[in-house]
Amino acid sequence: MSRLASLLVVLGVAGVAAFLVASALPLFASGEFFEILLGRWRPYASPGEFGIAPMIVGTILLAATATLLAAPAAIGLVAFAHGIAPRPLARLAMASVHFMTGIPTVLYGFVSVSLLVPFLRNAGAGGFSLLGAGLTLAALVLPTITLTLHSRIEATGLEVRLDCAALGMRPADTFLRVLLPRSGPGLLSATLLGFCRAAGDTVVALMVAGNAPQFPSSYLDSVRTLTAHIALVLSTDWSSPEFRSIAAAGLLLFVFNTALTAALRRLGPAEPPHVRELR
Amino acid sequence: MSDAVWAGLAGVLLLVAAACTRPEPAVPAEGALAAFSGLEGRIDIGGGTAHIPVMQEAARRIMTAYPRIAITIEGGGSGVGVKKVSEGLVHIGNTGRPLKNSEQEAAGLQSFAFAVDGVALCVHPDNPVASLTTAQARAIWGGSMTNWREVGGPDLAIQLYNRDEASGTREVFWEKLLAKGPIADRANVLASNGAMKVAVAHDRGALGYISIGHIDPTLKPVSLDAVEPTQENAVSGAYPVVRHLFMNTRGKPGPLVQAFINYIYSAEGAQIIQSAGYIPAPAPGGGPR
Repeated sequence: MSRLASLLVVLGVAGVAAFLVASALPLFASGEFFEILLGRWRPYASPGEFGIAPMIVGTILLAATATLLAAPAAIGLVAFAHGIAPRPLARLAMASVHFMTGIPTVLYGFVSVSLLVPFLRNAGAGGFSLLGAGLTLAALVLPTITLTLHSRIEATGLEVRLDCAALGMRPADTFLRVLLPRSGPGLLSATLLGFCRAAGDTVVALMVAGNAPQFPSSYLDSVRTLTAHIALVLSTDWSSPEFRSIAAAGLLLFVFNTALTAALRRLGPAEPPHVRELR
Repeated sequence: MSDAVWAGLAGVLLLVAAACTRPEPAVPAEGALAAFSGLEGRIDIGGGTAHIPVMQEAARRIMTAYPRIAITIEGGGSGVGVKKVSEGLVHIGNTGRPLKNSEQEAAGLQSFAFAVDGVALCVHPDNPVASLTTAQARAIWGGSMTNWREVGGPDLAIQLYNRDEASGTREVFWEKLLAKGPIADRANVLASNGAMKVAVAHDRGALGYISIGHIDPTLKPVSLDAVEPTQENAVSGAYPVVRHLFMNTRGKPGPLVQAFINYIYSAEGAQIIQSAGYIPAPAPGGGPR
């Protein structure tokens, strides 16, 4: 049963990869692929340009913004749960983070469009923008980073905590000086995981980022991500140059995600080795 | 399972079956709806978002009179309409633009133009600018004019709201108003007429465009060369940014789908089209409505 299940998963992933490569193959054959990757998106110019370079930059900037906003908050939350807060409060905090994982992304988008975007606009800080979408996506990736980091720190042996307590360290010191430094690789992989999640999200980017196919010059500019681009262009005529850019964008996202996942695996086991030695 | 549960399940099944085989209504439907008498089955409709109010009202009336007819309606835009009807996923694929030759030939599609719709520039209701010239509109969309002050408005940056690449509204706007001219890279892009309405209604600096049928008090239409964007002006030819709304079928439609199309072309259909904010187009062959 479990073999069948894993076979199905492998077949599914292989199928997606094969489909993406097959649809991008004509682009490689005609040499168009790199033109699309490096070009700008100007369908209204004559002759039209159909490159996705602005979307690549938009995706990276947006995902990085969201991750950088969420990571410090996640560390704070885990510190709260592991050192500072009394037990019931810590449990409540982690329970709310767990709850956040279940909120559909379209709800974040909807709330953002109705509240955050008008707020930013009134504050003179853009409307549909990199900033607005970054803040929204930060809420989306916060649980991913928090829960990954939390489980890494949980995995640190009881012995370590007992040693610290025996040395007279307070829980807050234990967290700051022992637990957090030991979970360095864990923090890195939690952050990368958050980055993956942010780069892969479609709905928030589509609803809040503004979708202008430009290289942003400020945080208040409208940007388009690769995922939003695919969603916007998907229903054009199959033979159009607009539609052909989807194959390139899809393949790029897939390769990008695979590379990050491989990097995450290289970052190693769930617990740092010195913890295992202790056991 | 206990007998009681089985009995309960059987009861539910009977109720469902009874609901499915509900007899025709005792009072026969009048007027154009009478053509559906004796027909049953389902019609799946998809595509252009401008068509939805018309399709929904027609479907509501037909399904109320004939419970054995089921009609589903989904959006997605003109591009989705062509694709789904070509692949046989829907019976009627709606588009807000004429089909391209390649699209028509690939699947043997037939088009039925049923309404005339204009595309209007629109701004936030608080924006004092009530009229733009074609030259001003092209300069703004091309990115060389960026402040409302330059066209007699407040000192406020102009925020452009464009539609997605597959939108029929976008195609008409770009071809007829901008004459296929450039659109600034910084223009935001929205995926539906509804999203356009929400975005423009909340942004004082907004300049967008929308199907005239979708205009409501939450946004303000802008006159073009002093011609108001009303459906009357669109039909008379005074307002130039105009398109037809089409229903498309793959090959010759079956009896039920044909009845639906005839209904849209009937006098009652014309009234539905008008109350949705569009102008009815004459039936093919020029028959009376």
